[in-house]
Amino acid sequence: MPTITRRSIIATGLALGGGPVLTGPARSELVIDVRRGNFQPIPIAVADFGGEGDTGLRVSGIIGANLSRSGYFTILDKARFPERPAFDAAPDFSAWKSTGAQGLVAGRVTRDASGRLKAEFRLWDLVAGQQVAGQQYGTDAANIRRVGHIISDAVYTKITGVGGFFDTRIAFVDESGPKENRRKRLAVMDQDGANVRYLTQGDALAVSPRYSPVTQDIAFMSQAPGQQPRVQVINLETGTRQVVGNFSEMSSSPRFAPDGRRLVLALQDGGNSNIYGLALGSKETVRLTNTNAIDTSPNYSPDGSQIVFESDRGGKQQIYIMGADGGAARRVSFGQGAYSQPAWSPRGDLISFTKQTTNGFAIGVMKPDGSGERILTEGFHNEGPSWAPNGQYLVIFRDPGGQGGGKLYMIDITGKVEMQVPTPSFASDPTWSPLLSGGR
Amino acid sequence: MSLSSLLRGARPLKIAAALSLALAAAACSTDPDKLADGAGGMGGMGGAGGAGGRGGAATPGSAQDFVLNVGDRVFFESDSSDLTPTATGTLDRQAQWLSRYQRNAFLIEGHADERGTREYNFSLSARRAQTVRDYLASRGITASRMRTVSYGKERPVAVCNDISCWSQNRRAVTVIEGGAGS
Repeated sequence: MPTITRRSIIATGLALGGGPVLTGPARSELVIDVRRGNFQPIPIAVADFGGEGDTGLRVSGIIGANLSRSGYFTILDKARFPERPAFDAAPDFSAWKSTGAQGLVAGRVTRDASGRLKAEFRLWDLVAGQQVAGQQYGTDAANIRRVGHIISDAVYTKITGVGGFFDTRIAFVDESGPKENRRKRLAVMDQDGANVRYLTQGDALAVSPRYSPVTQDIAFMSQAPGQQPRVQVINLETGTRQVVGNFSEMSSSPRFAPDGRRLVLALQDGGNSNIYGLALGSKETVRLTNTNAIDTSPNYSPDGSQIVFESDRGGKQQIYIMGADGGAARRVSFGQGAYSQPAWSPRGDLISFTKQTTNGFAIGVMKPDGSGERILTEGFHNEGPSWAPNGQYLVIFRDPGGQGGGKLYMIDITGKVEMQVPTPSFASDPTWSPLLSGGR
Repeated sequence: MSLSSLLRGARPLKIAAALSLALAAAACSTDPDKLADGAGGMGGMGGAGGAGGRGGAATPGSAQDFVLNVGDRVFFESDSSDLTPTATGTLDRQAQWLSRYQRNAFLIEGHADERGTREYNFSLSARRAQTVRDYLASRGITASRMRTVSYGKERPVAVCNDISCWSQNRRAVTVIEGGAGS
């Protein structure tokens, strides 16, 4: 794998012409509280990155598009820039006042003697008149989009206080052909829709992909024509693919444990479905539920101590939580309708779900004790929420029905942000990767 | 193996044909059992009344004979795997036919409509297939002849945004795998 190195850019270490640029006592004004839905997007300027042909422009283009799609920023039209910001000089803060922009991202991309690219950026707080972030990255040209995402994450995190999510991928089910005989292939792409790769051929049905929270492994359900569905795991770096376990009946709905070494999944037993844990190394299988019902869609809490799942043991699908070793389960969803596909936020604070009522299919969140339910989006058919690694967004699919097909949308936990995620064809069952640059 | 895959390969066309006739007969119906009568009973009616002739053309004991003269599918209520009276009637005919043509192995496909989430619908369709399997076993069909498979909501036969389609999609289909006359 090509590497990306990083190093801080310290404002004082560079010869910056005049102005109050040194890290002083001035408190940064460049913050936005996105915990609740009463925020206004923060106006920010993203200057064209200079240097190295159009590479700099590509990087700043990615940053502007990412920040805009996050829903928490409005990007200042370049025609309104009062100056062309130079990377090595502080902006003319007084000149920027009239634009309303509160932040400025400036940067450049250069090539060193060995041919490696060096990408640098600074984030300026235009109100407080100071640099609030700066970093340089060394990489080869193949990784330049990722550097754009990493800089986007640095800017996003500095201003929102929320972890990044741009340097990620989304795996999904690519759908084509008539609804009666639709081809469903596993695919993966960057979170902004770039670099689509197909991971299966489409001869077998592939659905329910789930990204490992720590590795580039994806567990999914594969069904050859006329055969029972089976859980498989594919590794994106090696391309290796293996069937997980040797079960006589259907295995479905896999999820990785937080350490990536175990799966929790559903095994069919005649008319019932129960939850099992499976160690990927030893293949040891442990039964976790034992009901005359359909228990499925299990998902670990981020600390690995609990499992949330859906069950129709009470008549209708509802959400239950049990210990990671099984045992008694407590019901946490009590609203009107059927609750399914629970997913525990990586931050631990919320559980997302799909809720089916007579009005259609909604996506919502609730606290792990079942309180504080909020519906984020509802309509004819919304399904399959999967968390971004920062716990601030969900990616879902929405299907208009008929011969149409699903499209992916990113929604935030305030319910205020909704953005379509571009895909080449119909798409369903999205699953968000961990941060590619995250500490593993 | 090759014969069974040939038969299975030919199946979607036949079902499409049967279904389009059934739809023509009951275009406005939202009751899947009427469609069941149409689809399953079509050959039977043809045989009895001589109207169709298609049923008579099927070789007795063949997969086509089963589809046209017995009825290969039963329908379920929303989010249910309980057998309706119409469904048990169809399964009784299936059991008679399967008892008569002992050498046919067969596959029971469970399906769900689109009004459910993906993982649950796979299990719901498995439960429907299991219900049919249990019923046929209770009518004396040997377990070793029966195989089940769950397709969830992935293989609808009717596509629209109302109950007239959904009710046709929540079904269990008995697919004859053994060869004709075997």
